[in-house]
Amino acid sequence: MLKVTEIENIDFRVELLEEFSEIIKRYPEGKHKAALLPILHLVQAEYGWLSTESMERVANFLDLQPIEVFEVATFYTMFFLKPQGQFVLEVCRTGPCCLVGAEKIIKYIETKLGVKEGEVTSDGRFSWRGVECLAACGMAPVLQIGPDYTFYENLTEEKVDQLIQDLKQNNEAIKSDSQIV
Amino acid sequence: MARKLLLENVNVPGIQTFEVYRQKGGYRSVEKALSSMSPEDVVDEVKKSGLRGRGGAGFPTGMKWSFLAKPEGKPRYLICNADESEPGTFKDRYLMTHIPHLLIEGMIVSSFALGAKTSYIYVRGEMMPQIRILERAIAEAKNAGFLGKNILGSGYDLELYVQPGGGAYICGEETALIESLEGKRGNPRIKPPFPAISGVWGCPTVVNNVESIAAIVPIILDGGDEYAKIGIGRSTGTKLISASGNVNKPGIYEIELGLPVEEFIYSDEFCGGIANGKRLKAVVAGGSSVPILPANLILKTVEGNARLMSYESLAEGGFQTGSMMGSGGFIAFDEDQCIVRNTWNFSRFYHHESCGQCSPCREGTGWMEKVLHRLEYGHGKMSDMDLLIDVAKKIEGNTICPLGDAAAWPVASAIRHFRDEFEWHVNHPKDAVERNFGLGNYADSLDKLVEAEN
Repeated sequence: MLKVTEIENIDFRVELLEEFSEIIKRYPEGKHKAALLPILHLVQAEYGWLSTESMERVANFLDLQPIEVFEVATFYTMFFLKPQGQFVLEVCRTGPCCLVGAEKIIKYIETKLGVKEGEVTSDGRFSWRGVECLAACGMAPVLQIGPDYTFYENLTEEKVDQLIQDLKQNNEAIKSDSQIV
Repeated sequence: MARKLLLENVNVPGIQTFEVYRQKGGYRSVEKALSSMSPEDVVDEVKKSGLRGRGGAGFPTGMKWSFLAKPEGKPRYLICNADESEPGTFKDRYLMTHIPHLLIEGMIVSSFALGAKTSYIYVRGEMMPQIRILERAIAEAKNAGFLGKNILGSGYDLELYVQPGGGAYICGEETALIESLEGKRGNPRIKPPFPAISGVWGCPTVVNNVESIAAIVPIILDGGDEYAKIGIGRSTGTKLISASGNVNKPGIYEIELGLPVEEFIYSDEFCGGIANGKRLKAVVAGGSSVPILPANLILKTVEGNARLMSYESLAEGGFQTGSMMGSGGFIAFDEDQCIVRNTWNFSRFYHHESCGQCSPCREGTGWMEKVLHRLEYGHGKMSDMDLLIDVAKKIEGNTICPLGDAAAWPVASAIRHFRDEFEWHVNHPKDAVERNFGLGNYADSLDKLVEAEN
């Protein structure tokens, strides 16, 4: 749920505001509300989540009522309304992935990270959640990590170990090795 | 080898770049359309091709285009639906990742046919890498004069933009997609008016799937008649099939429509059989929304004919014994998969993705999920199956958009064909938690139909 918390007043970087302005040019005059989703993605990439203040700033920028931003942010599953770990592992839990072991992988990630779905590890680095179909069923099981939404495919417990280790070391994470034809 | 129209060059190194794509004959359809065809000619070729919407509904694309209103002084829009989210479907991701210029080329020709000066590709937000790929491809095409003002000196102007979604299955429904593009919640609109009359910002709009738009390229290059020669009956052309689940070689396959399902599953050219030497139990042939069929009914129709990968053959027998082509998301289940668990999983998906506008869908999907959950976890009752069918019936046809139907069909069909397994869950609750029902007799050959005597 949205809570007005004590967050420092958010002033978007000038470069970010410039990106916002570029996005608005894609739409006919007066239809700048269409820029809302792309802008929310940018804000989330910048801060890791969408605070009430940042959404109010977006509303201000697009000349919308704050509720018009809140209702959109709460509708779409990609937007986080509370702080997350530095890396959010989003694992697909829908049918086709489950046919080839996604449920086991989810259990494994939960045990490995030692936190429940939606919680953040004590070092602030990781959180995880199950998400619905990511349209990568042929490379199942899969998970994604924002804000670039890099995909990790054909997951095994070993690959999860490796991935988490790599992320901890901030190395370039393992590249997907999709076997797709 | 089957003929490939979309993925012929997909393995050419560097085909993602404009340079290589162009060397391989890319953008010739734009040259042809803009120099020697009128927009009406393009629409006619698409009509002749018999191309049917590849997103799932299968509605003839040319006809959809011809419905577009052309009032004076109002802009018209083409939106490409790249909000691929139907469980089991990942062909659009593949196409955009590996051969993005094919989509851009199709978008230019299609926009020209519809008289759109601004077009959008609405990509699901999770596909950020694909969004970057498309943005790069658009910049390259623009740089080469295929987008922007006065394309190839024809006087035709077009700007093309990529719009990210926010992670909502419902935005694959065209009016929800339009709402989302406008920066709102993805609540489907009541139709009519159809988007062809009043779509994005109240202007005439066409929404087409990625694969449909890509198919415009070979249609314009070879002509609609040539395209229509491929395939079978009213299922013309080629189709991208996303194969997933328990097959040896999951992946994307471009097939000529009319390929026997059995060949698709067992031939080494395609799925290469069921993984780990197991036997096939069931198939969802067109994405999670379409009815699930047991092995015997997916391989052969109830009449005993080989079932083919075509709109008509997959639907043969109606919902009693048939299914649908849908989006081409082909999910195979081996003998160790639990149909009850999978049905519960799909129901949870639809409950999660229901936008909440219509009560039958918002409430019904939740109830189906709950009842299926208790069946799966050994707390089910014998009356639950009829209860589920009753709930499914009350959702179906009573909602603004087809998500309600899509939620109802998998449940109704699972109970129709796998009732034994559901009953086993009720009668053997302890076993049901520990092991699976197994193959049952779902792969046995079917009895010949006998006319009932009065």
